[in-house]
Amino acid sequence: MPAFSCAFPGCRRDLLVIVLVVFVGIGLPIEASAPAYQSHGTEGSYLTNVTNTKKAFPVLAVNYKHVRQPFEIALWILLALLMKLGFHLIPRLSGVVPESCLLIVVGLLVGGLIKVIGEEPPVLDSQLFFLCLLPPIILDAGYFLPIRPFTENVGTILVFAVIGTLWNTFFMGGLLYALCQIESVGLGGVDLLACLLFGSIVSAVDPVAVLAVFEEIHINELVHILVFGESLLNDAVTVVLYNLFEEFAKVGTVTVLDVFLGVVCFFVVSLGGVLVGAIYGFLAAFTSRFTSHTRVIEPLFVFLYSYMAYLSSEMFHLSGIMALIVCGVVMRPYVEANISHKSYTTIKYFLKMWSSVSETLIFIFLGVSTVAGPHAWNWTFVITTVILCLVSRVLGVIGLTFIINKFRIVKLTKKDQFIVAYGGLRGAIAFSLGYLLSNRHQMRNLFLTAIITVIFFTVFVQGMTIRPLVELLAVKKKKESKPSINEEIHTEFLNHLLTGVEGVCGHYGHYHWKEKLNRFNKTYVKRWLIAGENFKEPELIAFYRKMELKQAIMMVESGQLPSALPSTISMQNIQPRAIPRVSKKREEEIRRILRSNLQNNKQKMRSRSYSRHTLFDADEEDNVSEVRLRKTKMEMERRMSHYLTVPANRESPRPGVRRVRFESDNQVFSADSVPTVHFEQPSPPSTPDAVSLEEEVPKRPSLEADIEGPRGNASDNHQGELDYQRLARCLSDPGPNKDKEEDDPFMSC
Amino acid sequence: MGALQSLSDEPEYRELAEKTGFSFEQIGILHKRFKQLSHNEDMLRRADLDTIPDLACNPIRIQIIEAFFDKRNFHQNGDGTVEEISFEEFLVVMSHFRPPALNMTEEQREKVRREKLRFLFNMHDTDNDGTITLEEYRHVVEELLSRSGALGKETAKGIADAAMLEVASISMGHMEPDEFYEGITFEHFLKILKDIEIETRMNIRFLNMDTMTLCK
Repeated sequence: MPAFSCAFPGCRRDLLVIVLVVFVGIGLPIEASAPAYQSHGTEGSYLTNVTNTKKAFPVLAVNYKHVRQPFEIALWILLALLMKLGFHLIPRLSGVVPESCLLIVVGLLVGGLIKVIGEEPPVLDSQLFFLCLLPPIILDAGYFLPIRPFTENVGTILVFAVIGTLWNTFFMGGLLYALCQIESVGLGGVDLLACLLFGSIVSAVDPVAVLAVFEEIHINELVHILVFGESLLNDAVTVVLYNLFEEFAKVGTVTVLDVFLGVVCFFVVSLGGVLVGAIYGFLAAFTSRFTSHTRVIEPLFVFLYSYMAYLSSEMFHLSGIMALIVCGVVMRPYVEANISHKSYTTIKYFLKMWSSVSETLIFIFLGVSTVAGPHAWNWTFVITTVILCLVSRVLGVIGLTFIINKFRIVKLTKKDQFIVAYGGLRGAIAFSLGYLLSNRHQMRNLFLTAIITVIFFTVFVQGMTIRPLVELLAVKKKKESKPSINEEIHTEFLNHLLTGVEGVCGHYGHYHWKEKLNRFNKTYVKRWLIAGENFKEPELIAFYRKMELKQAIMMVESGQLPSALPSTISMQNIQPRAIPRVSKKREEEIRRILRSNLQNNKQKMRSRSYSRHTLFDADEEDNVSEVRLRKTKMEMERRMSHYLTVPANRESPRPGVRRVRFESDNQVFSADSVPTVHFEQPSPPSTPDAVSLEEEVPKRPSLEADIEGPRGNASDNHQGELDYQRLARCLSDPGPNKDKEEDDPFMSC
Repeated sequence: MGALQSLSDEPEYRELAEKTGFSFEQIGILHKRFKQLSHNEDMLRRADLDTIPDLACNPIRIQIIEAFFDKRNFHQNGDGTVEEISFEEFLVVMSHFRPPALNMTEEQREKVRREKLRFLFNMHDTDNDGTITLEEYRHVVEELLSRSGALGKETAKGIADAAMLEVASISMGHMEPDEFYEGITFEHFLKILKDIEIETRMNIRFLNMDTMTLCK
């Protein structure tokens, strides 16, 4: 391992790796040498030993066989994670080389080591891959799929996925067959169907590789969703083509009927997968409606229903990936409206964790399998495959974009096309499919070698160079925009406006159908799938509340309002002068709630839910935040009593300290004291964790005492805005370290 | 029959096409729709638009209809409202929803963006004083939320206030406690909405309209 620097943590890591590898190395010989028998066997033989000769009672004995399998699995996973850890300790490396490359290299080295020791390195078992390693990644991708860009571009994505993959397959298969016909190559035994089979395996863009690489380059939303969506949806095509050619290769001939059946099969596979996913998604949503008393197992429902969807569709040879995606997409809005906040965090965390581990393991195993696998190298074939891959991808993208752009409002520019073409990475799915090829095909080893070479080429060359190319071509990056309530209002406004104008034109367009779907969703579906009164809440309100919540919690942590612009603007500057009135009852309530809430909050809400690598910014140690909380609490109490007795407009603002107000306290008070609430805000579910979060809204170090009289009766119109309690918070830029995306999964959009 | 019609109106259409940027085909389709809405008369009235069933469940229906009769949207530097509009004015209002051409320069795109945002601004600024005051903004949010059940004006007010605060913070930065932020001017409006790519989002596909059924 001379490639790594010898900094102290690096050395320690190397030592650990060596130790681990030695363990693995020891484990395998032990397994290889001793005859295989069950774990009870030891007891039996021990007893017979005792009856024959009296042995001393074994104080310490080694029984590796007993724990062998889980031990090895845990060891591999630990190794993978330590590798991941190691990469991030080396700053320069992770900036230049994408993680996937490094992991493959590690896999190669580990495989080499194992071979040197003299054992057979384990190969990426297709069963293991498809049933254990792939589903978490796909579920993670599907659950957090950004819906709006996806649905806006679904036509383009489908064209790329279906027609693009078909084009790639036939182009590559055909040309490779032509190549094999050439006498000098010496591959005369490869017939057309085998070539087409090979083409179908190697032409599909791989979601794992795309995710791994694109995650790090932060490309703009459109291109990202195009490539990523394509990689997800081409699974149906791949499954059909693979099975089709596999069957035909057995028979040897193709008839028109077979082709027709193939097309029908495609529709069955894709639509069937979608249906299975939708059914399980609705089941999960329905189940989550009743989990208000057993919050702890809520995440499990999400995971298990999704996994069942995957397995069920795999059972029928339908597209498991599509089922998984659809399941995640369908269940998400309803489940998130039902589950507690902690369950949501758990789901997010676990999905990220599992998909991260899976991805790491996949790449490492890919490296190991390369060393292990049977290889048959043929320069011409392999090189041609790689070149053809690139060429067919580029041609396909250009050709399809030319046609697609006629139907798109937002056309795809040349730069977008380039990134889409260049980002078509192949990965482990291709390898596993190749590995699944039965040994009947005499070209199996050749195909495997070629597949691995293509994967290596795309992941290493394309993966490493895509980032500098993105910089070079000045492709639009993802906008790091903060969530803005104005944008949200206007997005919604625009939607309605466009729907309305479509109505005026008489055009049943995009917005019309979207609006119809929303209405259907609201009136029928939500009623069944969402518990309690939550289903009436419109998106804008939900967005607003969540934004406030996040800001509140961030504020308590950091002790100050997160704001990029120092500003002393407050509500006062905006609305006409108001004379505040304080009621004793309100005062007491506020004091009580603030006091109790300060003790509860430990949650860190800073999160980038779409990035694999950084889920939490672990800034503070617990005790530091504890001390800070206590200090904040004391200061809050002091200021509270001060502010509550002084009318707002005579208070001089402290520079840099934002005046803070509370809004939507109604959602807190509606639960207990205020008799009449005109706020049809859903009352928070009666579980401690949910309530504590709702009540976290009114946490601030500095308060503004614009507290007015309580809303006592139904008609507050006669006093206009003075009539109700108003503690509205200054909402300015919520903070530099938030992406727009981090809100997306957080919102129930 | 449509083709014959367009041929006979060719000189008119050409002028309209130049003014609004629509193609002849699109103008023909829109003219058909105009005639259908106005019951074959030359002028369109508010009542005609009111009867469109698709608009019935739209929360901002009134604002949309008003926008069609708002002189500020006719590109003739007028203001106030009219009672009825001709086809030309209808077309001019619709031209705000045309997608920008593929090969536009940056400043042309900027112009298109300003035009579309101006349309939105006019929809909010009902008293035409050049600023969106807090009251007007509150009204906007109230209308938006009006369909979600009796949520009450307080939520809408809260949201509108927070939004206003955000605009003020972004545009003004510092203000003394006794200064008063009058309202959102057009420049502030441009600033806060610059991240929404309005020139790509505020569009209707006029291309495929001949394939749809002309609904009532």
